[in-house]
Amino acid sequence: MSENILEIKDLTLGVTERDGSMAVAVDHISFEVRAGEILGIVGESGCGKSLTVMSLMGLLREDVKALEGQILFQGEDLLAVSEERRREINGKDMSIIYQEPMTSLNPLMRIERQVAEPLRLHGSYSREELHQKALALLTEVGIQDPEACLRAYPHQLSGGMRQRVMIAMATICSPRILLADEPTTALDVTTQAHVLDLLKRINREYGTAILFISHDLGVINRICDRVLVMYAGKIVEAGTNRDILDAPCHEYTRGLIRSIPTRDRKGKELPSIPGRVPSVEDPKEPCPFAPRCRRAMEICHREAPACTRIDQDHIACCHLC
Amino acid sequence: MKYFLRKTLVLVLTIFSISLLTFFAFHIIPGDPASLILGTNATEEQVAALQEQLGTNRPLSEQYISWITGFVRGDFGSSIRYRMPVSELLKGRLPVTLSLGLIALVMILAAGIPLGILAARWRGKPGEKILNILTMLGISVPNFFLCILIMWIFGLILHLFTPGDYVSYTRSLPRFLQSLFWPALSIAIPQTAILVKYIRTAMLEELGEDYVRTARGKGAGETWILYGHVLKNAIVAVVPLIGMILASVLSGSIIIEQVYGIPGMGKLLIGAVTSRDFPLTQTLVIYITVIIVVTNFLVDIVIQVIDPRIRLSGRS
Repeated sequence: MSENILEIKDLTLGVTERDGSMAVAVDHISFEVRAGEILGIVGESGCGKSLTVMSLMGLLREDVKALEGQILFQGEDLLAVSEERRREINGKDMSIIYQEPMTSLNPLMRIERQVAEPLRLHGSYSREELHQKALALLTEVGIQDPEACLRAYPHQLSGGMRQRVMIAMATICSPRILLADEPTTALDVTTQAHVLDLLKRINREYGTAILFISHDLGVINRICDRVLVMYAGKIVEAGTNRDILDAPCHEYTRGLIRSIPTRDRKGKELPSIPGRVPSVEDPKEPCPFAPRCRRAMEICHREAPACTRIDQDHIACCHLC
Repeated sequence: MKYFLRKTLVLVLTIFSISLLTFFAFHIIPGDPASLILGTNATEEQVAALQEQLGTNRPLSEQYISWITGFVRGDFGSSIRYRMPVSELLKGRLPVTLSLGLIALVMILAAGIPLGILAARWRGKPGEKILNILTMLGISVPNFFLCILIMWIFGLILHLFTPGDYVSYTRSLPRFLQSLFWPALSIAIPQTAILVKYIRTAMLEELGEDYVRTARGKGAGETWILYGHVLKNAIVAVVPLIGMILASVLSGSIIIEQVYGIPGMGKLLIGAVTSRDFPLTQTLVIYITVIIVVTNFLVDIVIQVIDPRIRLSGRS
């Protein structure tokens, strides 16, 4: 169970600024994804979650570069592999689903072709085999009339169905790890719950590890085994789901938990964290969260906090922990 | 079915309004066909007699009504200048313009589509710069100058053809097609340049779409993405342009036909307007109208076939 599928070491990502300089967007982050687990990354928009995931897939925009670090996938550094090797891994051993299932599908291609495409790219199958496989996968992800869905075009499907199609497409080659970049954000609450259940079932039945990104700690808590809390390009706290929910130490994590709407606070104003995430080009304090932190002390503006191990899996980077 | 009915109605209405428009525009501009035919030495009586004979002295509304009732019955009237039925004149010119246009269209598509894809593939490479310069040149060189340049280089220096040597299709079909090659090329070059630019832009735009990222995530390479995903989406964006090109090459090029001395519709139109030959001009204008409306209609159908999101409907 302790085997690591992905090991990220000191990953640093830079964004090219208008004047040509590099601004650090993801700052020396290290974590691992263990076999068969669901690891969540939570943080507000602009914390570098999506950039991190895109760098794992090798799908960074042209203006974003990996400046430092390693992404070890079963011992192989993905930042150093050739483009051909990268293409072998993508879609087969490692795949991804996105936030926007409408634009993520080719509007002019039938679902069947799109779902079966990873198989065509990573092996040779007859037309009949492709059809059967695609059909089986759509049934698997809970699509009511899979034959009709295979013949459909993306615009004929609902948002929830499109996301199911995306999941079928991403898992058709039985990958070791599935990256999910805010996969439920664009969906309504009921559909969101269905998609989360589906991802959890895939994880349990096939042992597919999932790296799940969300800005919604409520969603993360429903599905994840372990959680990383990211702020301004850094991991500020990490731990098991219980650690984070029951004994959060970093003030940012506490703020996120406070802002989850709950029944007993019905009718009252929902607390939020004052201020906003600094943008990549803003100068950062030693502790990037210090300007927004209600427990900030004098030392927080002077010295970067060390990361302390609180429990077996629980780490927090704060002067108070 | 409703769609076709609607389109036909639009066609009829367009033709009607265009014919009205040309008719009145024609009678606003100065110049009288009878005096033009007889020249400056003619007496007033001679002019009046010819006007009587041509019917140009009758009230405008009467002239228009007699023309349109004839047109509906399939009688396009008689050319004032050539003194023969317009349909006879067209019978000789239409095959020439259509052949010239179709040869040019084949050239445009055969060169424009592959070059457009190449331009997209070459983004950021030195080849792209060269292609960009060539397309800019192709778009901006004036057409008459391009004709002269081609005649000079390929005709006078390289002796690949004799400028002005036109052979009618009634005499020899192969030599007729041969004599259309260079004029067709002159039509094709600027249009190809525009098409290349559009295809390149459309493909680059599509490459930035989310579904391309999805394909990369599946492990698709550059070639697979360009031909398997992007091309079809980009084509949808350039079909209207191809329709416009089709309409313009089939309408007959006035400049090219004039410079190369090809007896097509364009040349006929110029002669008709300068001699105030109303029945002939009117028919030619309606021919162009029909070409444009019908190509627009074709564009609608083609896009609908490629893009499942667009369905023919009675609305909008």
